[in-house]
Amino acid sequence: MKIVKRRYLAVSIDSHEALGSRDFMDAVWGAVSRLFGEYGASQAGLSLIDYDETKKLVIIRTWHKTLEMVRTALASITQIGKKPVALHVLAVSGTIKALHKRLDEKPVS
Amino acid sequence: MKRVYADLHLCTDCDRMEQFSGVVSKASKLGYRLIAVPFRKSSEEQIRWARETCEKTGIDFASRVDLRPRTPEELINSLRKVRRRFEIVSVMCETKGVARQAAKDRRVDLLNFPQPDFHRGFFDAAEAELASNCLASLEIDVKPLLTLEGPARIRLLSNLRREAATAREFHVPIVISSGVSDEMLMRRPRELASLASLFDLSGVYAREAVSKNPAAMVKRNREKLGSKFVAPGIRIIRKGKTC
Repeated sequence: MKIVKRRYLAVSIDSHEALGSRDFMDAVWGAVSRLFGEYGASQAGLSLIDYDETKKLVIIRTWHKTLEMVRTALASITQIGKKPVALHVLAVSGTIKALHKRLDEKPVS
Repeated sequence: MKRVYADLHLCTDCDRMEQFSGVVSKASKLGYRLIAVPFRKSSEEQIRWARETCEKTGIDFASRVDLRPRTPEELINSLRKVRRRFEIVSVMCETKGVARQAAKDRRVDLLNFPQPDFHRGFFDAAEAELASNCLASLEIDVKPLLTLEGPARIRLLSNLRREAATAREFHVPIVISSGVSDEMLMRRPRELASLASLFDLSGVYAREAVSKNPAAMVKRNREKLGSKFVAPGIRIIRKGKTC
């Protein structure tokens, strides 16, 4: 049986304004498809796991193979809904539990 | 040993103290340990102030000057004036003559090719060969990658891919810098390395371009600018009558 490895990314949103989870995911999908095309985006297996609006912290899931692609797409996002933003990947892990452990060691600044 | 991440091209204005302090503290938060900001030719006082500000934040600061000469002669004259005063000398190569002179001059540290102008792709095999003999590095700013869109970004990526491949073929070190003045366009070192994968510079090479290559260049230049330096490999150990 082929095991597909997942990767969970903790992403901090650097923005002066509040953003909705829908807008965030639309921006991520848009960035992935602009840079890697619809074919590339279809392989990313992106999904939103958690969206903490107060901490401005998001957890998204992708596949191990497309991790670098998603990192690049996240780095290329400069605005969401005409609001200037910067997205920074704080930690990456194979399980949500380990991701939270890493975030506890390295708190969101 | 822990990597020292560097951004050698933060285009903040040192006249605006608040903006500069903001950019420095942001760079520290993002994980940089070495930054460089371009100055005008006569700004000793500003450099001292910038160095002190960075020291307070725990960041190493390197002084840098960006030269934009129109002719090779102008470049030679400028280099004579600035080389001993700045830790990094970068040349914006806007003509082929300037690019060739910059690549073969040992006093030049960084070759920067203004990217939005795609017709001026001067970094070819001949240029790379000259640069590799003179320890000059190719600097790639990621700012246009973040700000451009559509066909302009496609052309930019194609251009950068060609330049990066030429640099690797001739063992010219690549330095990836942000080139930004806006805090919101600053990215973590790991993210700059990820963006480099867009022009086929991935993995170890990309990480070296934001850490090892710039740090080694600054270290080498500091040694050269030090009072004990005589020539590469030769330095003064002790002075006095008993020697």
